[in-house]
Amino acid sequence: MIELLVEHSLGFAQLQDGGRFGVRHLGITQGGALDWIAMEQANWLLGNTADAAVIEIPLGGLQLRAQTSGWLALTGADLNAKLDDQPLAPGQAFQLRHGQTLRFNSPKRGVRAYLATPGGFAADPVMGAVATVMREQLGGLHGNGRGLHNGDRLQGRASNTETRTLPADALWYPGNEVVLNLIPGAQIAAFAGASLFAAFNQSWTLDQRADRMGMRLTGPALRYQGQPLISEGIPLGAVQVPPDGQPIILMNDRQTIGGYPRLGAVTPLSLARLAQCAPGQKVRLRVVSQEVARRELLAAIKALATQGQPTPP
Amino acid sequence: MNLRIESAAIDSLMVRLFDQIDEANMPWLITAAENLRAAFGAQLIDLVPSYTTLLLHYDLHALSEADAIALIHSSLHNLQPLANETGTLHALPVWYHESVGPELTSIAQRAGLTPEQVIEQHCSRDYPVFTLGFAPGFAYMGLVDEALASARLATPRQRVPKGSVGIAERQTAIYPLTSPGGWNLIGRCPLTLFSAERGSLLQPGDRVRFVSIDHTEFIRLGGDDTVMEASA
Repeated sequence: MIELLVEHSLGFAQLQDGGRFGVRHLGITQGGALDWIAMEQANWLLGNTADAAVIEIPLGGLQLRAQTSGWLALTGADLNAKLDDQPLAPGQAFQLRHGQTLRFNSPKRGVRAYLATPGGFAADPVMGAVATVMREQLGGLHGNGRGLHNGDRLQGRASNTETRTLPADALWYPGNEVVLNLIPGAQIAAFAGASLFAAFNQSWTLDQRADRMGMRLTGPALRYQGQPLISEGIPLGAVQVPPDGQPIILMNDRQTIGGYPRLGAVTPLSLARLAQCAPGQKVRLRVVSQEVARRELLAAIKALATQGQPTPP
Repeated sequence: MNLRIESAAIDSLMVRLFDQIDEANMPWLITAAENLRAAFGAQLIDLVPSYTTLLLHYDLHALSEADAIALIHSSLHNLQPLANETGTLHALPVWYHESVGPELTSIAQRAGLTPEQVIEQHCSRDYPVFTLGFAPGFAYMGLVDEALASARLATPRQRVPKGSVGIAERQTAIYPLTSPGGWNLIGRCPLTLFSAERGSLLQPGDRVRFVSIDHTEFIRLGGDDTVMEASA
């Protein structure tokens, strides 16, 4: 079982799992790894359950030192990780020996890296999940919603050494333009026709205001022509349009209810891709039917479990 | 009641029952939630009731959207409102004071009342809990007297202390956790409204009556009287 000391952290790296469910009616958000595909891949490399607790590392700014030797797996963003002084590419399981350091510097490709260990990182679940939600002061290493801080100690739950190897092209990074599939719904019919044309035929830019709650897009202002909305539940991936006409894609740490009109919801597969996009990234929204999106998601989950990547090679 | 079911996401449907906020919606929404929980069983992942709707998140491994829609229709067929009130009545102590409720004076001035009259008004009726949201255990209640209605602050505060009692339009609420927020603050409640161990004190369909207490009682009940800044 590995034990890691947090030698340096900016406070944003945090424990995540598949999220918190059955509590949304209490006003408690979902949480969970934003790039759930990368989380599942990191766990797959070590033979863990798909949603065992991992460390989500946004952008870098984290240094860990092994207090005991053990196995880890790294997936998701390439954050110029170094094992002592040696570059460590994501997409593999590796051993960290007692005294060695693991450092995440700055993003080369993607935004969020995921670090797994056999059995997952140990933390007492809060309301059914380890997922850290800073805003709600719930979950994480100490149960209080804090990210990792200097001096924190992390422990694995198991010490198996049976590791797997990911196919060469299993990790995904954004290209020039990222397509996000959206299932139309909610108040989409109450947007102006020209706005809908613009929404799906122009490129959007990911704004600086992009975090675990929501990712704001900038582009043509979309005009809602319907009645003001009474606040209602917000599903994962909902694309809400506040009065300034600039859509916000609501992510895992979103508020549970809200009163802005929505175009529909981005699919879970596309949300994982969005989690690796940096501000300035060009994205395009594409309409997909619920039926097709569900079929693709179920196939992807199956392929991830068997081959470690969402699309069969 | 006019049932409509709309696609909301890959695994979520919006069950729409009403078009207006009304206390009379509550007994319908409560039985609808009970029926849906019973019908979906383990295939229900989350159910988020709000003023007029229920957002239903189902297990997409087990159900197609068509399956889920059929199940909603059958479970809400012949829906009847809850016959008897089953919600708990909570008497919640509040220390109404300018130092922890910086908008107490401005609300009074706008209404042409004294701060004491505002307090009296706020304590004069039982408020139903419409829904929980925004933050864990944050209960939207209402409606306050028309005279007390106040638009949200133009710039929300970065930090509203735990227990703060606020008004937004004709709704009232208590902040269960210290968080950002834009409601007009008039006092502070010393009780814990949410904890991970005990969940939320207030539930949809419950009723709340605010009881004005003095500073001594507030401290005795464990309240934190840290002074609030007047603006954002």
